[in-house]
Amino acid sequence: MELIVQSLINGLVQGGFYSLFAVGLVLIFGVMGVVNFAHGELVMVGAFTVWLVHAQFGVDYLPAIALGVVIVTSIGIFMEKALFKPTRSDPLAGLICSIGVLFILQVVATLVGGDGPSKQVPPPFHGTLIFLDVIRVPTQRLFGLGISVAALVALWLFLTRSKFGWALRAVALDREAAALQGINTDKVSLIAISIGAALAGLAGTLIAPLTNINPHMGHNVIITAFIVTIVGGVGSLTGAVLASVLYAVFHTFVTVYFGGTVATICGLVLMVVVLIVRPTGIMGVRVSE
Amino acid sequence: MIGLTVLFAGLIILPHFLAYHHQDLLIFTTINVLAVCSYRLVTLTGEWSLIHAVMMGVGAFTAALLFLEFDMAMWFTVPLAGLVTAAIAFVLCFPLLRMTQFYFLIASFAAGETIRLTWVEFVGIFGGTGGLVGVEPPIVGEIDFLDPIPYFYLTLAVVTVCLFLLYRIEKSRVGLTMHAIHWKAPLAESVGVNAWRYRALALVTGSFFVGIAGAMKVHYLGSVTPNQFGIGFMVFILIWVIVGGYTSFAGPVIGVIVLTIFDESIRSFEEVRPAIYGAVLILSILFLPAGLEGLPARLRVWFGIGNKHADPKLTEH
Repeated sequence: MELIVQSLINGLVQGGFYSLFAVGLVLIFGVMGVVNFAHGELVMVGAFTVWLVHAQFGVDYLPAIALGVVIVTSIGIFMEKALFKPTRSDPLAGLICSIGVLFILQVVATLVGGDGPSKQVPPPFHGTLIFLDVIRVPTQRLFGLGISVAALVALWLFLTRSKFGWALRAVALDREAAALQGINTDKVSLIAISIGAALAGLAGTLIAPLTNINPHMGHNVIITAFIVTIVGGVGSLTGAVLASVLYAVFHTFVTVYFGGTVATICGLVLMVVVLIVRPTGIMGVRVSE
Repeated sequence: MIGLTVLFAGLIILPHFLAYHHQDLLIFTTINVLAVCSYRLVTLTGEWSLIHAVMMGVGAFTAALLFLEFDMAMWFTVPLAGLVTAAIAFVLCFPLLRMTQFYFLIASFAAGETIRLTWVEFVGIFGGTGGLVGVEPPIVGEIDFLDPIPYFYLTLAVVTVCLFLLYRIEKSRVGLTMHAIHWKAPLAESVGVNAWRYRALALVTGSFFVGIAGAMKVHYLGSVTPNQFGIGFMVFILIWVIVGGYTSFAGPVIGVIVLTIFDESIRSFEEVRPAIYGAVLILSILFLPAGLEGLPARLRVWFGIGNKHADPKLTEH
């Protein structure tokens, strides 16, 4: 029983991190029509920044988070300006360019961190909160969950309450019609990728103290993001968040009982099954022709 | 025809002038030519799959298992590997071909990763991350195919036959129908073409040939691991096809050869090689959208050589 409750809590915290990068991927795909294969590497860069600045140079954790987010956001803006905008007419070209970025970022990380074993960041927050005598949540995880939820709420408010948010959702629905209404679609794309990259960077900085950091950690991130995006319904942000939490809990449980590889296999099979049985995902809307 | 004859004469004497490790490279490049050309068949119907590298792995693992468990000689393992790969591709058609475009791309990626992780997980059968070792090429009389030169001739023969078949398929009525499905699927269906059947045929046939490529690779290399055929190798296939150009049969072949030579020339920068590859990929997408095969036309435009009609875009209509 204890193990079950504990796994449930761990899964929920993990779900917060998954949501951050999955939502970014959905946003970029929805608005720009580009599958950003380098999204996992954006998370990796965020984690690496924390390792370099906080664990190596001794800067405080919070400024390191801010710096990580700024760096990753700049990479996102660069990708939009230099790669996605010139290839807007061909979605495949954008995808291929993002694969190029993936390679470059991995090499940069290897050059910065060396090709040695995975890096670890000592958790800046110590201590464990104990609820009801049995449930133990390390403060570090609680902090990560709190920031994730805050960022997601902020995003939700931005999308539903601000003018830019409306414009962004309009472009995601129908790019041409939005342009005809006088919405500057290039500007909206820039905002979308900035938000998406910033969230990925934030996710990276938050998981840095909880995971092994290496230049290839983005691989698992992108697989998770794909699974969550498909299961949640492509284009649905709420679906992505919901699927993130569900999948994280599911993945934690299967990992506890059967191991990580089996958990990922189950996730991938689940994704293919969702694609077959309910291609619109749990929250997707069926578009009539 | 004369060009092809010269090419083959060149290829036949080429290995005698190369150092040992370049002979290895020549064999793997020849195998990779088959991998990209079979991938081209899959993309003919307009769907870009991300499962091709894993399918090559299916061929390699099948050949390795047949060799190690059933003592089969290479003459049997290679064609059987092709057939098994094709059979698995056929089964995968049922879930995968319900989707198109982005969904197909992601689903094929998921299916591939599932197969690959199965190899990692079932250590007893597939050897886990360490994979399978001890696969050998045959010895026929005086010829030991473990030597690079005989093995290269064997590979060249197999790949040439496969390329000839692939070329004939593409130029046949079936291949043209696949083209039609790519450009105008609803129109093709409205005149009675069963799009599903042709897309399945492209996937199964492409997988058959890449399975053969995988089997050829494992018999020379001697070992096979799940990581060899991961998304990394898939990306290389994509890079070769895209940098070479995918509008003609020769494009991907040019891509493999040029990039392999390029790769060999930057061997001393071991650590940054992937980044250089990434940069080449991005630059070719931005500045050479038609790939290397479109380079002559591009150069003419850039340098203003010849009249404007030399640009194929202007003469097409």
